[in-house]
Amino acid sequence: MANNVKQERMALNGDEAAAYAAKQSEVDVVAAYPITPQTIIVEKFSEYVADGEVNTEFVCTESEHSALTACIAASSTGARTFTASASAGLALMHEMLFVASGCRTPIVMAIANRALSAPLNIHGDHSDSMAQRDSGWIQIYVENAQEAYDSIIQAFRIAENSKVLLPVIVGLDGFTLSHTLENVNGLPDDAVKQFVGTRQLTTVTTHEGKTVPFKLDPANPMTIGPIALQNYYFEFKRQQEEGMKNALTVIQQVHDEYAALSGRSYGNGLIEEYQLEDAEVATICAGSTAGTMKTVVDELRQEGVKAGLLKLRTFRPFPVEAVRNALKNVKAVAVMDKSMSFGGNGGAVFHEVRHAMYDAATHPLIVDYIYGLGGRDLNPKEFRRVYDDVHRMLHAGRVDKLVHFLGLRE
Amino acid sequence: MTTQEWKFTARDIAEKPDQFLSGHRACAGCVPATVLRLVMKATRGPTIVTEATGCMEVVSSIYPYTSWAVPWLHTAFETAAANAAGIDAALKALKRKGQVKEHIDIIAIAGDGGTYDIGLQALSGAVERGHDFLFVLYDNEAYMNTGIQRSGGTPLGAATTTTPAGSVRPGKLQHKKPITDIMVAHDMEYVATASPYYWKDLLTKVRKGLEVEGPAFLHVFATCPRGWRSDPANSIEYTKLAVESCVFPLWEAVNGEYQLSTPSKLIALAPQKKKPVTDYLKGQGRFRHLFKPQGKPVLDEIQRWTDERWAKLLKKCGEAPKTA
Repeated sequence: MANNVKQERMALNGDEAAAYAAKQSEVDVVAAYPITPQTIIVEKFSEYVADGEVNTEFVCTESEHSALTACIAASSTGARTFTASASAGLALMHEMLFVASGCRTPIVMAIANRALSAPLNIHGDHSDSMAQRDSGWIQIYVENAQEAYDSIIQAFRIAENSKVLLPVIVGLDGFTLSHTLENVNGLPDDAVKQFVGTRQLTTVTTHEGKTVPFKLDPANPMTIGPIALQNYYFEFKRQQEEGMKNALTVIQQVHDEYAALSGRSYGNGLIEEYQLEDAEVATICAGSTAGTMKTVVDELRQEGVKAGLLKLRTFRPFPVEAVRNALKNVKAVAVMDKSMSFGGNGGAVFHEVRHAMYDAATHPLIVDYIYGLGGRDLNPKEFRRVYDDVHRMLHAGRVDKLVHFLGLRE
Repeated sequence: MTTQEWKFTARDIAEKPDQFLSGHRACAGCVPATVLRLVMKATRGPTIVTEATGCMEVVSSIYPYTSWAVPWLHTAFETAAANAAGIDAALKALKRKGQVKEHIDIIAIAGDGGTYDIGLQALSGAVERGHDFLFVLYDNEAYMNTGIQRSGGTPLGAATTTTPAGSVRPGKLQHKKPITDIMVAHDMEYVATASPYYWKDLLTKVRKGLEVEGPAFLHVFATCPRGWRSDPANSIEYTKLAVESCVFPLWEAVNGEYQLSTPSKLIALAPQKKKPVTDYLKGQGRFRHLFKPQGKPVLDEIQRWTDERWAKLLKKCGEAPKTA
């Protein structure tokens, strides 16, 4: 793809890349509270504020709950709004996540994915954001710092699109991405500014038939966040679902437009297929694991094994059609889940993938591997074993054990 | 803060269009609804209102209707002050970009549950950060919206559904949390108490709070006839008796300097006018059990505590204590 703009190569960790993207997106309000491994994002942004590099109003709240609340209120007042959190912080926000999506506030939030207590653990897994999957937020998981940067910029365009108008979480793996220096190519400020634009407010029609911007505005008084009972609540929720449905298209459009500008693409924006076209066996994963998995696939391919990878970039809305299409010729699949759904017989990604394949003409054999909880490291050798297992399953022609734990003492 | 005195005459407020409109679903005799109507009569220009979950939020915003003629936001129960913080931050940022041109006042409204209890952390944080907003606490002394459960603002001896008057417990076992003193301890420029019986005093205090560049706090006493088991016709009378008995004295603290407001000042000057607490308590069903013989020690304690708090307040206000 054509790379039309000169880019600057920088050494940034994932958190710094996220903060830099938010800075270039010219956010009006950041309200945040520090938590490992997200802290670098708010620290970095504080430096931009201290050095006068941004016009942003930065609110260091007394809790994550108030941080997200302030974001909802700021966004409702018409401001472009960004925040960041992780783990316990995201869990504390839980109540307000639903309010943010219900009030249709296009907030962008970077999550440095981290395990949840107890026991206390600061390292990376997906328990925090997977637990928020039904809160009405779009969820994008990234593979590296570059993708964190690119995705934050894209997220504002997705969230603020009037057909979507939903908040977006961009998840980057705690420490593996948040704290690891990588080469990141950054677009020039004006290119980002032009791509993101200023926030265009959605318009609504008043009871008097007037078209007005959807925000708290004394010139056009509006009641936002009302009580809606049995007679209207359901319609509000149905509209949110429509926003999610529209997001499937908008995410791809924004991704493609950004790819034309930057020369970087991530599959179709929803999923990335890696050596999947003729693959017999495949894994599916989200986040930084995809990078390791690509190396494993390359090795296996060299050995003549028809191995592939489906990288799940967008988890919400779940790209059912894209996943179904990508897996249509694959015979056996291992889903990699970096979180647990206790008593749920497999992790969140596993549930979604199996659900997506139910109506497919041909079904691959599908098993789940829960791995890496609390930041437990896994090396390529262990991931190779997953492909070996899947191969054996393929030859046996049946699933003997549905849910596996990888890299665990048992 | 300016020292301008506002002349809110009955004509002025009658002629100013309502911004909290009729048609809401508040109960007969609901003083919080009266308080909101009065508060909105004291605005000085473009205003955004944000409310915590609670009675006044649910009665005024039942979709697709609204009682608010101003922009209004509700997010959750514990969030009134955090909402104000977000609105304040947005207005500041959008002003810098020229997208907002005029000054816009922010009023955050919460009941006692949303202020004394679940909303205290957000309130403390927003005040510490110095956001420009007026926080109005309408204190009806329990969680009325959920059916009369005790809060940190419920007074000693009051029967609520979580502190019922039983054979061994005389209603709530604790006094009210001194919320207003807690706010004064935040080194705020303006903190005051008000009662709607003294409506001009209330309007003036709202305006003073709005004039402050930074956070201001107004604690308004507000009868709930459903929760207090009192006659709706007497709702405003109780907001007078609470002041006359010094159960709820009226004062302001400007930059931490306490001063009595006129209705309480008159009592300080003529202590014989101070009514016994029983004048205020009697007639309220939530205190009915205290008027039985076994309730006497609790009544005595309420009087003792009220006198002690009043004496402390007089000291803070630099008033020489007088005996009746």
